[in-house]
This record gives sequence, C-alpha cells and structure tokens, in this order.
Amino acid sequence: MSLYDVDNPAPVIEAPRKRTGKTPKTTRTNFELYGWLFMRLSGIVLVVLVLGHLLIQLMLDGGVSKIGFAFVAGRWASPFWQAWDLIMLWLAMLHGANGLRTVINDYAQRDNTRFWLKMLLYTATVFTVLLGTLVIFTFDPNIR
Amino acid sequence: MSSPTLEKHSAALDAAENTASENITVTFRIRRFNPEVSEEATWQDFQLELDPKERVLDGLHKIKWDQDGTLTFRRSCAHGICGSDAMRINGKNRLACKTLIKDINPEKPITVEAIKGLTVLKDLVVDMEPFFQAYRDVMPFLVTKGNEPTRERRQSAEDRERFDDTTKCILCAACTSSCPVFWNDGQYFGPAAIVNAHRFIFDSRDEAGEQRLEILNDKDGVWRCRTTFNCTDACPRGIEVTKAIQEVKRALITRRF
Ligand code: HEM
Ligand code: SF4
Ligand code: FES
Repeated sequence: MSLYDVDNPAPVIEAPRKRTGKTPKTTRTNFELYGWLFMRLSGIVLVVLVLGHLLIQLMLDGGVSKIGFAFVAGRWASPFWQAWDLIMLWLAMLHGANGLRTVINDYAQRDNTRFWLKMLLYTATVFTVLLGTLVIFTFDPNIR
Repeated sequence: MSSPTLEKHSAALDAAENTASENITVTFRIRRFNPEVSEEATWQDFQLELDPKERVLDGLHKIKWDQDGTLTFRRSCAHGICGSDAMRINGKNRLACKTLIKDINPEKPITVEAIKGLTVLKDLVVDMEPFFQAYRDVMPFLVTKGNEPTRERRQSAEDRERFDDTTKCILCAACTSSCPVFWNDGQYFGPAAIVNAHRFIFDSRDEAGEQRLEILNDKDGVWRCRTTFNCTDACPRGIEVTKAIQEVKRALITRRF
C-alpha cells in the first residue's frame, strides 16, 4: 500500500534554484568579466612567483632544512624579496578566494548556505592578506 | 559534424549488422517516477526483442505499446528534428530517436532516465519551462531598426557562415542538462540559451547584438561556464557548443578592451 495516490500525490522535487521570469536579476556590471580575466592574468604571474618560490625555498641551497629565522630575516632585508612575497601573497589570496567563490557558487544549493560560506571565505581572506602584509612590512630581524 | 557515436561494437553485433534482420534480446532499465504513486523514483527492467539497427525510441515504443502503457516520454518527429526526446541513455544525454541499439552495447542493460537539472514530472518527462525561460531571456529573434526592405535582407555567404553552426540548434536541452553548473544552479543561462544568443549576436543583419552581450555579461551569463565540454559532447546536432560560448566571451572581452 502506498502513501500516495491520484487524489493525494507525492510532492514533486524541484530542481535547485530554478530560473523564473523574474530571476536572475540583472546587475549591469562588469564584475564577472574582470573576475574571469583576473584569474587568467594572475595565473600567469603566479606560475613564475609560486614555482620560483618553491624552487628557492625547497630545492636550491640545501633545500628545506636551510629555512630558519635567519634565512627569512636575510631575505626580507632586500626590497626585492619583500615585493616578491607581497605580490605573491596578494595575487595568490585573491586568486584562490575568487576561485573558491566560484566553487561555492557552483556547489552551494541553498541561498543561506551560499551566503554564509562566502562570508566565511571573505573574512578568512581579508584576515590573511592583512596579517601577511603587516608582517612583511613590520618584520623586525632583531626581535628577541 | 557527426553526431555522437559511442562504445564499442561486439562481434555478435558486427554479424548482426551484415544480415537483413536479426532480432536480439535487450534489457531496458528505465528510471520510473510517478508522483501519484510514490515520492521515490525506481528503476524498472524491461526485456524486449529488437533489431540492433533499430533505435532506443523504437524500444521505448515497443514497451509502451506492448508491455506497459503507463511509460511516459516525449517524442514527436522521431527523426532528430523536433528536439523533444532528449534523455540520459547509459549516462549520456542523447536523442532516443538518433541512438541506435548497436552503438550502445546491448549486451548490458541499457539505462534510460530523464535529463538532469530540470524537475521530473513523470518518468522521462521533465518541466522544460526554466529552460525555455532562459531561451526567451536572450531575445532569440531578429531585431532591426529603420524601414523594412521590400526584398529579403541580403547577406554574404561569409557573413552567413559566421554563425552557421549555431543555427542548427533544435532546443532539445541535451547540452544545458549535461552542464554541472546548471545541475546545481538553474539561475545560470545554460549552453542552449548562449548558443541561440550566439546565432543572433554574430548575424550581420541583426542590430541587438550589444544588448544580448550585455545580458550574457551578467553574473549568471557566460562567465559561469567552467569549460567542461559536457555540452559539446551532448549535442545531437554536433554543434560546437563550448566554442560558441568561448566566442561570446571573446566578443565581450574585445568589446571592453
Ligand atoms: C601556478 C599558477 C596558477 C595558474 C596558471 C592558475 C590558473 C587558474 C585559472 C585560469 C583558473 C580559472 C579556471 C576557470 O575559470 O575555470 C583558476 C582557478 C582556481 N585557482 Fe588557480 N592558478 C594558479 C595558481 C593557484 C594558486 C596558488 C591557488 C591557491 C591559492 C589557486 C587556486 C585556484 C582555485 C581555488 C580556483 C577555482 C577552481 C575552479 O574554478 O574550478 N590557483 N586557476
Ligand atoms: S545546442 Fe545542441 S544539445 Fe543544446 S539544445 Fe541545441 S541541439 Fe540540443
Ligand atoms: S522525436 Fe523529434 S528529435 Fe527525437
């Protein structure tokens, strides 16, 4: 015996976030266009920055075992490496955050989940970028 | 362009191909859904005799006519023109009327289910309304200004060639319902709407290309495409769907810079 019959039909399961005549609302900005371009342009720069970073930190000159306070202090004494790390931090964080924003948009089904996942993502991104920037600029090699 | 042909031939089938008519027994495993009976969809097996040169649609007809009249599906032309019988056959979106039994390995059960991402109403019938809404939203009609010419609107062969591929669309929804972005978020326009926008954006006679580009530039437009190529693989008309989407993206970028 079934719970459902002609007079008492089972609910039809709606596809998530169905398009209607009223949604989606237009925003008339170029935000997604710039986001898409940024992913590709930052990706190209990141190839050099990230692979160079991994090469220097993990392979050359004794590999990972050479890294210590002194090594970091020595590198950040030079504006070149400060700039390298700063650009890499910003590009990788914004690139990664925008990528995860895409992933959330693609996978979160409920509007609430979508909103809170993105809030968490933006908070974590802003925190990491600001903390990283602060450290790069205020690093004190004589700290004890 | 060829339509998708798939999976390997077996020796038995090669033999069958060379003789006039040699029926084989095949199993259709169909995903049934009837909201008047149950909330759950269930898989049901049907055994039938088919010539391997027949099509999946012929099998569905035999089931409906001889075994179970409640089996529900759409079809109209039965010749790949009307676009009503797109379904998921062995996990891939195809037209039942263009899929030959011999091309999909009948030695194993052939699974048939409704296309994904749209609400199933009964068995293989889905609610196409959100799909057509996206289609309407790109203004799929010729827009011109000024006086109507007394003769036809002329166009060079090269200008016609520019959008030839996307004129072939039959609005079957095989592409849109194969897109993983659309599965989870029906707000995305989906490949079919973009294909039909492309057909007018690159038509030299049309004057609303800018407007359509603007519509597809929005947050649920072309930028949501992740280039998975599912749509190109699914299209029964062999349209290079992903390429059309990329051409719209490129037009948006070059318009801007
Ligand atoms: C090494 C050089 C890199 C290149 C060339 C690169 C390139 C790209 C491109 C072009 C996309 C967009 C894909 C699309 O629109 O479908 C993307 C997405 C993404 N990238 Fe990168 N990227 C690089 C490094 C990184 C790094 C260091 C991170 C992490 C911080 C990262 C995280 C992501 C994420 C999370 C996505 C979203 C994934 C998706 O859309 O499916 N990438 N990357
Ligand atoms: S582009 Fe191809 S798969 Fe998509 S709706 Fe048109 S004919 Fe069907
Ligand atoms: S029945 Fe018309 S396309 Fe298959």
